[in-house]
Amino acid sequence: MMCSIFHPGLLLIISGLLIPFFQGSKRTLFILIIPCISLFNIWNMPFTDDCSFQYLGYELILINLDSLSRLFITVFMITVFTAGFFCCKQATSTELSAAYVYAGSATSVVLAGDLISLFIFWELMALASTLLIWSSKNEKSYKAGMRYISIHLLGGVILMCGIAGYAYETHSISFTYIQLNSLSAWLILCGFLLNAGAPPLTAWLADAYPEASYSGMVFLSAFTTKTAVYVLLRGFPGTDLLVYIGLFMIFYGIIYALLENDMRRILAYSIINQVGFMVCGIGIGTDMALNGTAAHAFTHIIYKALLLMSAGSVLYMTGKRKCTELGGLVQSMPITALCGIIGALAISSFPLTSGFISKSMITQASSDEQLLWIWLLLQAASAGVFLHAGIKFPWFVFFQKDSGLRPTDPPINMQISMVFFAVICILIGVFPGILYAMLPYSVDYEPYTASHTITQLQLLLFSGLAFFVMLPLMKRTLTISLDFDWFYRRLAPLLTTVVFNYFCKGQKIINKIMFTLQSSLSFSNRLNYRLSVGKCVGFIMLFFSILLFYFVVL
Amino acid sequence: MKKNWFYKKDTIKKFRIFSLAVLGLVVLTESFTVLHPHFVIERIFGFYAIFGFLSCVGLIIFAKFLGFLIKRKDDYYDV
Repeated sequence: MMCSIFHPGLLLIISGLLIPFFQGSKRTLFILIIPCISLFNIWNMPFTDDCSFQYLGYELILINLDSLSRLFITVFMITVFTAGFFCCKQATSTELSAAYVYAGSATSVVLAGDLISLFIFWELMALASTLLIWSSKNEKSYKAGMRYISIHLLGGVILMCGIAGYAYETHSISFTYIQLNSLSAWLILCGFLLNAGAPPLTAWLADAYPEASYSGMVFLSAFTTKTAVYVLLRGFPGTDLLVYIGLFMIFYGIIYALLENDMRRILAYSIINQVGFMVCGIGIGTDMALNGTAAHAFTHIIYKALLLMSAGSVLYMTGKRKCTELGGLVQSMPITALCGIIGALAISSFPLTSGFISKSMITQASSDEQLLWIWLLLQAASAGVFLHAGIKFPWFVFFQKDSGLRPTDPPINMQISMVFFAVICILIGVFPGILYAMLPYSVDYEPYTASHTITQLQLLLFSGLAFFVMLPLMKRTLTISLDFDWFYRRLAPLLTTVVFNYFCKGQKIINKIMFTLQSSLSFSNRLNYRLSVGKCVGFIMLFFSILLFYFVVL
Repeated sequence: MKKNWFYKKDTIKKFRIFSLAVLGLVVLTESFTVLHPHFVIERIFGFYAIFGFLSCVGLIIFAKFLGFLIKRKDDYYDV
């Protein structure tokens, strides 16, 4: 294998495995310096294929860099750096290790130029993220992690089938635009969509992520869904179906977040909502929409990490996650509250924040294409985002009733990380040119027109009014909301028990019949030798006799 | 416990007046700005304000009704 420069993803994976060998401030230095090296590498690499080698007669390309992959890796590295610093003192080495391997495999997926290496890192990402969920080390996270990995391995199998079929049909494994004209292409699309949190298997995200530790979820929010967005951007731009899937995800996220009581689950649902905007943008598929999607992925990773760091700080300081138990924390945690509010404003795409300059590109693309209904739904959704994440999260955690809790702001490293991301959110919002210069297509878009600013402010402020007018209807209750995971958490175990009991009863009857048969037909000597063998033979005989009966009679 | 500044009745009242003023201002500003509507529907005065408000009310009511169907006690899966 020839690489002109060290692979940024592999660097992260290897250093992730080395983290347990460092302690204290050396560990902090180590985890901070690695993403910096990777970031430096990425910006000093030419836009060509690199690190290619032959495997099973196929050419694997580990590095396929262009402006799109560079954009994603840049934001990945910034997030690894900041999230790493956020928990550098508090997190266990196992957790950091899992987080770095996870981030490294996500980076490698983004860099992969062929489907086989993409698949390998895709699965590595699933494994590492499961370890990250498990690193909070309690019964709940163990079970949630098991459900998470089951769903992702299922997605992996679907993706593998798709890739195998695709390689067979097209004799190529290079990862470029994939036409949806065969079963294998559909399978690949399904595999990708599963990681994006698309329906019907949407529940895994809000089920598993909030069970990770306060810092683990910051890492989790950044990579899995966003690599899925990246591969969809690469493989399936302009697929109409994605518009509708995206719209479903957007409204699913809003409705479920409105019903939710757990602050980190609210944020998990809002990940699906935000990824919905991106999937919708990929479906629209114009240059403007794709640029908007890429930009939105960039800004989203940062403000979502900021929101989760803020929620993580609250969880770390109070040990509580439920809105019913929280409230009034602004009095003793002003910095956490301020950073949370800035993240909340950014996710709602308030003017002067990063969300404003990225999400509006997607809505702009829909209006450029004169897609009236899609545009209306996107606008309604933008209002809904302010409702479920923009106000609901800060309101119920930092304001509302006084819960009597008086935790202080978290340790200094956590505060610095939050402030750093809050500054980035505003910096990108005020100087959008920084981000626009990194986008894959040339940008001809001016977010700060008087018209756009005023209309956006109207939309958001009046949805804020709706929140406070309807506040009595939003009273928090100690509840969860049923989702598709009910089928595998409740129905499937129930059915298994019923079917198992039924068979047990059936078996008892069969045992009796067998016993009488054995004794009366006096071939008991042979069959009694081992009861189970006898039973098996009996079953097979029964089966054959039924078959024979059918053949003879019909 | 001393009541925090945020929770004093006076502050809440001031905040309410301030918010309503901002809301009014944002709608009124529309008449001084040149909008660039892409769709006919955008020409309605205060379209974004009305649409934002109504869609949020709609979402909350829809969520409330859906809640009756799918909400369960939060230890539903634990027992």
